[in-house]
Amino acid sequence: MKKVKNVARPGLIIAYILLIVSSFLSIFPFIWIVIGTTNTSGAIIRGSMRLGSELTNNFNKLFNQFNMAPALWNSAKIAIMTVFLSLLICSMAGYGFQMFKSKGKEKLYGVFLITMMVPFASLMIPLFQLVSVLNIINSPWSVILVSSASVFIVFFFRQSFVNYPTEILQAARVDGASEVQIFIRVFIPSMKSTYSAAAIYIFMTSWNNYLWPLIVLQTKDQQTTTLLISSMSSGYVPDYGVIMMGIALTTLPVVFFFFVFQKQFVKGMLGSVKQ
Amino acid sequence: MATEAKRNKIGWYFLIPITVLLAVFLLYPILYSIYLTFTSKRGLLVSFVGFANYTKLFKDPMFIKALGNTLKILLIQVPIMLILALVFAALLNSKHIKFKGFFRTCLFLPSVTSLIAYIILFKMLFDYNGMINDLLLSLGLVQDRIPWGQSPGPATFVLIIAMIWRWTGYNMIFYLSAMQNISGNLYEAAEIDGCSPTRSFFSITLPLLKPMILFTTVMSTIGTLQLFDEPMNLSAGGTTAALMGPDNCYLTLSVYIYNLCFHSVPKFGYAATVSYAILIIVAILTFLQFRFTEGEDKKLERKARRMK
Repeated sequence: MKKVKNVARPGLIIAYILLIVSSFLSIFPFIWIVIGTTNTSGAIIRGSMRLGSELTNNFNKLFNQFNMAPALWNSAKIAIMTVFLSLLICSMAGYGFQMFKSKGKEKLYGVFLITMMVPFASLMIPLFQLVSVLNIINSPWSVILVSSASVFIVFFFRQSFVNYPTEILQAARVDGASEVQIFIRVFIPSMKSTYSAAAIYIFMTSWNNYLWPLIVLQTKDQQTTTLLISSMSSGYVPDYGVIMMGIALTTLPVVFFFFVFQKQFVKGMLGSVKQ
Repeated sequence: MATEAKRNKIGWYFLIPITVLLAVFLLYPILYSIYLTFTSKRGLLVSFVGFANYTKLFKDPMFIKALGNTLKILLIQVPIMLILALVFAALLNSKHIKFKGFFRTCLFLPSVTSLIAYIILFKMLFDYNGMINDLLLSLGLVQDRIPWGQSPGPATFVLIIAMIWRWTGYNMIFYLSAMQNISGNLYEAAEIDGCSPTRSFFSITLPLLKPMILFTTVMSTIGTLQLFDEPMNLSAGGTTAALMGPDNCYLTLSVYIYNLCFHSVPKFGYAATVSYAILIIVAILTFLQFRFTEGEDKKLERKARRMK
């Protein structure tokens, strides 16, 4: 026994060094973002780690020259609408599949699952033509509707509902509650943590979405934050101070939420594989 | 109380909204894009071309380039990332390590950044005049600044390093949760038998983690084959660029599809064909990964069946 411990000691030191170095590398860019918001473009590229005096300047430029405010509003609007619609529709589906099992439903579920293999690139062209025909191109709805119905979220909900004690639902039925009442008044309130985990996951995905908004949100007034930051950085003379401010304003709130809701975050990410 | 048939019917009502939305925004596009792969559009005229788009793939140097780039990133990035994730998870699951919560939070933090944000950060870090070159110079590791964005090798390296930074902690969480489901008794028994921690990692943890390793490998493979945001934003000029990085090294399959659709004359039929090429590759690789990681007993079973 003693021998094992002695052998393990240098290993332990290496393990700590590895963890400390990797942890530092993981959080360093976040520190750099914060410092970067106070510096000029040149100072950022040179890698200055000292606080500068450009904070208000970068902030003002971002909001006055680059329309950050409408972009933030667009991103928030799309993300919040997607969260609500997706939570409702996908949890209803998960509930329907799990609590009212039948052969026909399992077949439909199988079809849903297979579609998860299809890359988004395959859907891009028909979807683009479809939203043009529906006349919702360049509108937030083109993003909200397309991303709300997510097989992955249905899958996540169904997995989380597997261990639900159905006796509670039976008791409500005996009391004469209708199925819709049971779902809204009994079921949803008892699954709060599952819903919040899914909400965080959906919000993050929507907030960071790039490819589809790039295709359908074509005018400047509809731009989301990801589109704005991406277009700022691909200019010929990118102003990195302003870009850093943009990155900070879109990333740091998510980091903050992560610290507040860490458990739900991790649950949301693991979600589907828990069983 | 509702009868079985009535309950079955009520259940279907809950599925109506999702079924309608998925039928319109998922199933229809899938079927329509399959149809597109057999067509070609010249001006306003759409003609049925059979398998011509598919045979064109093998003669298209840009497609072969995009496929090569994507597979190169997949084969280098995914194994490094998953092994690192496994190592971190094993360390954070060990009872000898302290401050586990702190390390876990730090390592996971990159996963909450948006793909656009982190890739632009890395673009700045690896700028010719940027921080990484400064660091390498001051450490005396290089004589001159490395022009990261000028040749395909270093440019691909930047992309791979960035992706490892973003996704390692994410995968680590999956391994960690799987490891925490392994009973501690197994490790205790191994320790009593004189098993070193390294040994018990290879003999206990790794075999029991097989399903999770398979899951993360499949997910990473699917994700990497669809890689778009990062290469698009690393190449100078972004979506308007004519060349995707030096020697087109950032031309991945999804970037190629985007360019086919939204650069110059749209070639929807052919673009759809490239997208189905991705699907076919995903299917083949997933199948191979399942085969590769399946248990010994299943392999024997299949052998036995064949011998009959």
